[in-house]
Amino acid sequence: MSMEWYLVVSALIFSIGAGGVLVRRNPLVILLCLELMLNGANLALVTFARMHGNGDGQVFALIVMVVAACEVAVGLGLIVAIFRRRLPIDVDELRELQG
Amino acid sequence: MAEVFFFLAAIGAIAGAVGTVSLRNPFYSVLALVCHLLSLAALFLLLRAEFVAAAQVVVYAGAVMVLYVFVVAYVGDQGPQLSGGGSGRLRIVSLLFAGALFVELCIAVLGSGLAALGSEGAGIQGATGEAADTGFGTAAEMGRLFLTKFLVAFEAASLLLLIAAVGAVILARRRSGLEDPREISVADVLRGDGGTGIEAPTESMLESSGSGKR
Repeated sequence: MSMEWYLVVSALIFSIGAGGVLVRRNPLVILLCLELMLNGANLALVTFARMHGNGDGQVFALIVMVVAACEVAVGLGLIVAIFRRRLPIDVDELRELQG
Repeated sequence: MAEVFFFLAAIGAIAGAVGTVSLRNPFYSVLALVCHLLSLAALFLLLRAEFVAAAQVVVYAGAVMVLYVFVVAYVGDQGPQLSGGGSGRLRIVSLLFAGALFVELCIAVLGSGLAALGSEGAGIQGATGEAADTGFGTAAEMGRLFLTKFLVAFEAASLLLLIAAVGAVILARRRSGLEDPREISVADVLRGDGGTGIEAPTESMLESSGSGKR
């Protein structure tokens, strides 16, 4: 199986995720689309590791997974805090940066 | 045979991604993302990244998605006015941007000098001999790399996880609102009178320091 196909799939997943971040307004779905973009990058990293034949790219992919887990934890904490303050859960409505 | 598996997994991954973006209910989006992550783990297995595939299934499709499901169940459905996209023109521009991004990524990835590396992967193609003795992608190889070559990155990742866990707890803890006079701050604790008396023992040290920073 040629490696270019994996790269095309990763580019497609990344583009779908980017389009979802731009189109959707629910911050939960935006976080899900960010996960899609990170996973597209992960697929490209693992493919590059396979091309080179060493494991450095896979280590990079694992670090990306760690960063994604942190992002999910903080992002979901923010959403729960927004929900508790009875603010609208809509990224178009949350314009003001004040505590 | 690998081609069949590749196309099955790729179709599953792309369908999951499209479902994540386009489904209206956030709960169904989470389930589509789980499907996408499992298909992506199959792609990782085809690329001989066994440990990454296992971590993808266990960490992503297990733990992180359970967290998502809990938050979706907690926040609940926000009504039909939220699930749609923005205005029509903005949506068209966004889709055009995504298409342009895809074309640009394909040009950058496929048109550059990556073909010099060989399209079939380097070194470990032999499937019986070389893959066995290099240990490419196994948990032992990943552990050896993490503890020798990438030790600093490993420690930084653990520190980042700790900071994110503490930050998530501070962000999502139950707070009583800004206008509530019963809030206790660091200054109250340092003053020695315990702030407002009765509710001081119910708040932990973490909460009192967190509300002091606010």
